Amino acid sequence: MLVHTNSWALVLHCCIHSAVCFLGKKVTVEVLDHLERLALVDFRNWEGVQRLEKAIQFAAQLHAVNTEGVEPMDSVLEDRCLYLREDNITEGNCTEELLQNARETVEEYFVAPPGNIPLPKLEERDTFLQVSE
Amino acid sequence: MLRVSLREISAALKEGRVSPTELCQRCLSFIKATKFLNAYITVAEETALKQAEESEERYRRGQILGDLDGIPVAVKDNFSTAGIETTCASNMLKGYIPPYNATVVKKLLDQGAVLLGKTNLDEFAMGSGSTDGIFGPVRNPWSYSKQYREKSVQNSHTENEDSNWLVTGGSSGGSAAAVSSFTCFAALGSDTGGSTRNPAAHCGVVGLKPTYGLISRHGLIPLVNSMDVAGILTRCVDDAAIVLGVLAGHDPKDSTTVQDPFKPFELTSFIDASKLCIGIPKEYHAPGLSSETVALWSKAADLFENAGAKVIEVSLPHTRYSIICYHVLCTAEVASNMARFDGLEYGHRSSMDKSTEVMYAATRREGFNDVVRGRILSGNYFLLKQNYETYFVKAQKVRRLIANDFVNVFRSGIDVLLTPTTLSDTIPYVEFIKEDNRTRSAQDDIFTQAANMAGLPAITVPTALSEKGLPIGLQFIGRAFQEQQLLTVAKWFEKQVEFPMIQLHGLMDHGHTVCQHQKSAFFS
Repeated sequence: MLVHTNSWALVLHCCIHSAVCFLGKKVTVEVLDHLERLALVDFRNWEGVQRLEKAIQFAAQLHAVNTEGVEPMDSVLEDRCLYLREDNITEGNCTEELLQNARETVEEYFVAPPGNIPLPKLEERDTFLQVSE
Repeated sequence: MLRVSLREISAALKEGRVSPTELCQRCLSFIKATKFLNAYITVAEETALKQAEESEERYRRGQILGDLDGIPVAVKDNFSTAGIETTCASNMLKGYIPPYNATVVKKLLDQGAVLLGKTNLDEFAMGSGSTDGIFGPVRNPWSYSKQYREKSVQNSHTENEDSNWLVTGGSSGGSAAAVSSFTCFAALGSDTGGSTRNPAAHCGVVGLKPTYGLISRHGLIPLVNSMDVAGILTRCVDDAAIVLGVLAGHDPKDSTTVQDPFKPFELTSFIDASKLCIGIPKEYHAPGLSSETVALWSKAADLFENAGAKVIEVSLPHTRYSIICYHVLCTAEVASNMARFDGLEYGHRSSMDKSTEVMYAATRREGFNDVVRGRILSGNYFLLKQNYETYFVKAQKVRRLIANDFVNVFRSGIDVLLTPTTLSDTIPYVEFIKEDNRTRSAQDDIFTQAANMAGLPAITVPTALSEKGLPIGLQFIGRAFQEQQLLTVAKWFEKQVEFPMIQLHGLMDHGHTVCQHQKSAFFS
């Protein structure tokens, strides 16, 4: 499990074989696997992992800024009221057009492979992270 | 004839000196002649000619739709265009044909503009060189200019003439190259961190990023919802004002557009400089800024001062955190926005279909390039529960500080800020690719992305040629929704500096010899 601290070193789980080390910043294979699952995107190779590590290191510089008492900013238009339309139907009936762009359809349905099946675990998946162990 | 401004060609059309179809055909053949620039991904020849014919009919009947009627324009390939392939230069959307037009595209077409095609970009607009798309990099037309060539010979870096071409900057490099090489009179780009202004500066054209909320983003394939803006690229400031007049205004389909009514304006050539207060942010003297650009920046400041304006040094204290803050917020929003690409409803779909998760993962694995995947993964990292406060929320807080810096400066009486747009003039592709995408973006976006963080309007105006004979632009940042003031100042400045027109003589001949070589380089 990952232990979060305010300092910059992430604690390495003792059972996990080497994580990539870049100037002292370590991201565990567990976290990398977790990210691959969340994002459904793969790191592909060490370069991909290094890219992440460099990004984290770059972002770390933010901590030098004093943000005491500062509210986070979601949007530059925060002082305005968001525009809401009247709840009237103004368009639609474009099923055919929308289905045209999908590769697999049946009648008026998009066809998806079976759901509720989680991605295979790290050991069973074809991912570069597995090779690292 | 293609070298004139939008306003001039509009006048020519109205006076019948040229017809819309003739103009369209000339642009199309020039696009073919400049194919080696790789500025266009899709050239919509048939529909463009049809639009030109319809425009011609309107001119004949004396019922033109406006200043843009019959004017050939180009649109960056991350704007949805009905019936025309929209790829974002990615395998994920190769072959995707949107069933609708982006609002800005619709507005252009409703005014009678002739859509020539979709321009090249970095994949999903992520990058600062227009080099990372699946259709290959865009070449800067200035690589083939007389001004640059003459200086190169002098420096006698005798490389193979063709392999040392320069990058356009990005990510709207195709649009910038299209306008710069006279294949169209205006182009749309998108600007999230400087993606319109950066290539505009490197290609010697005007690049305008309007205030966030002024122009509709409906149909613009989103990168960062809180910062994306449609950008306008033209050959002069006046033209940008014309296009802005057509595009700006509330859109019921984009709830992030403001409801204030927008009145299109015409720019005066005269300003009362004595009433003007120009701010020079001292933190923009960034490391890596070329001495030439500093000199030009200084000269520009003097120009305003000599005209009677007040020129004051100001401070934007959080400037150096701007790019880091942008990096976190951008990747976080990207992680969210790219989640829609799963292969189910549109775009690429993998043939792996054991389960939806497997299919999604494989689709995204096959569809996205390294840059996009890298940003998605970084973004997801910053959004993890254990990192949310320390990275994402922290960055949002820093964003407020940055925005407040601008508020304070403008509150103190500054009308417009004057800054560099890029660190230096553009560089050869072989140099550019020595650093990775993220590093380049961090370096090149340094002057431009603060305006996106604060949502302020900004425009880059080509100022002078560097020692190498390449364009250097300077940037003006204005108050929110004060485009008229911003553009008035920019237009006055443009008139003073008299930036030279690119000399592309012999481009036609060159086009033939280069075409042979380029095929193997990019399309393998």
